[in-house]
Amino acid sequence: MIVFSLKDKNLSQHIIHDLKKKQRNYQFMHVCGTHQDTLMKHGLDTLLKEVGINILQGPGCPVCVTTPKEIEEMIVLARSGLIIATYGDMIQVPGINASLKDMQTEGYSILTVYSIEDAVSFAQKNPKRTVVFMAVGFETTAPSTALTLLNRPVKNFHILCCHRTIPPALRLLLEMGESNIDGLIDPGHVSTIIGMKPYEHLTEQYGIPQVIAGFEPIDILMAVWMLIRQIESNDIKVENEYARAVDPKGNQYAQQVIQDIFNKKDVAWRGFPLIKGSGLEIKEEFEHYDARKTFEDILEPLAEKEFKEPDGCRCGEVLRGLIQPENCPLFEKTCTPDHPIGPCMVSVEGSCHISYKYSKRR
Amino acid sequence: MCLAVPGKIISIDKENNQATIDYGNKTIRKANISLVTVSVGDYVLVHAGFAIQKVDPKEAEETLALFREILSNEEV
Ligand code: SF4
Repeated sequence: MIVFSLKDKNLSQHIIHDLKKKQRNYQFMHVCGTHQDTLMKHGLDTLLKEVGINILQGPGCPVCVTTPKEIEEMIVLARSGLIIATYGDMIQVPGINASLKDMQTEGYSILTVYSIEDAVSFAQKNPKRTVVFMAVGFETTAPSTALTLLNRPVKNFHILCCHRTIPPALRLLLEMGESNIDGLIDPGHVSTIIGMKPYEHLTEQYGIPQVIAGFEPIDILMAVWMLIRQIESNDIKVENEYARAVDPKGNQYAQQVIQDIFNKKDVAWRGFPLIKGSGLEIKEEFEHYDARKTFEDILEPLAEKEFKEPDGCRCGEVLRGLIQPENCPLFEKTCTPDHPIGPCMVSVEGSCHISYKYSKRR
Repeated sequence: MCLAVPGKIISIDKENNQATIDYGNKTIRKANISLVTVSVGDYVLVHAGFAIQKVDPKEAEETLALFREILSNEEV
């Protein structure tokens, strides 16, 4: 069986031909590792650069934007003997002295899971152990965390909530204005949940063109073409290129469960100052599951501590779209996927990792 | 981790809100379908074990058709 995908060679050629007719000078930003992968894998980044269109990856990698403090919280909890469960990439992110993976080698209980349900079922099968699931991710993973809590799982299961939401980060980027963005390619998967509305006030306030895009090469080409068309016909709005998966209203049930379980809070992102309302915090009603409440005493020593980026790592600037991975002096030298210095090299969605992967192919 | 993959639902276990999903290339996996309203034969995007939204192949064709039309009428 072939799972359908969006392909039309003639159409792609037509768009490319159209773009090549004129030299331009635009800079667009997307916030999704999968967009970056499509861009690099198919050489679209180079092709677009040739016609004067530069595309940056912003803070669109949940593992990358997790702060050094959050990594340390996991490490401290693991050291205290709790079982830490999280998604694969997360365990390799270097902390101050070690990563969760190093701790696994030392014999601490670190569990890599594919889904939050795996972590819950592990807790069910091991009622005498305490499991803490590190919940990372944007609006795409937040509903699965929310749904799990709504079903009130076993009491030896807890969550260290590190969920973040995209629109407040886009707002801050536009407000800071340091990366000169002429248009946004909005993340398709996040948009399947949130729909189109959360982007609209950004366009109203900052006059920024936006297109929600899918993940095939043709989706990216279309999104770029649509952004240019908006700019050049002076008809600035939010458009939805990914209509096959994005309902303009989003997934309303998923939005509802997020609201039922979480309150918004101000959180820091790696490379960014505190971003207003960009974090999700478990509501009081479910606070037993909140690892930050239940294990407050274990985490307390971290409260006053200052955290900094790994020495020489420029992930912060990469995430703000100020530099490309190649501009980091450590890129490909001391920092590689086998020996990552920062999270942008760890995660398969990180700019540095993706650049490394495809630079080898060129 | 934020990687969502499309697949086709081949069976549904209503009681547990689970569906068996065919991702092509002989990859078949279960996913939780509590967040979506779906039937056998539907395409869904699956992310970290949960189907997060339906994907509509008809809509995909329409997007392409719309684009062919726009492109033949105007250029940027
Ligand atoms: S190449 Fe490595 S050290 Fe440099 S910014 Fe990327 S992750 Fe950090």
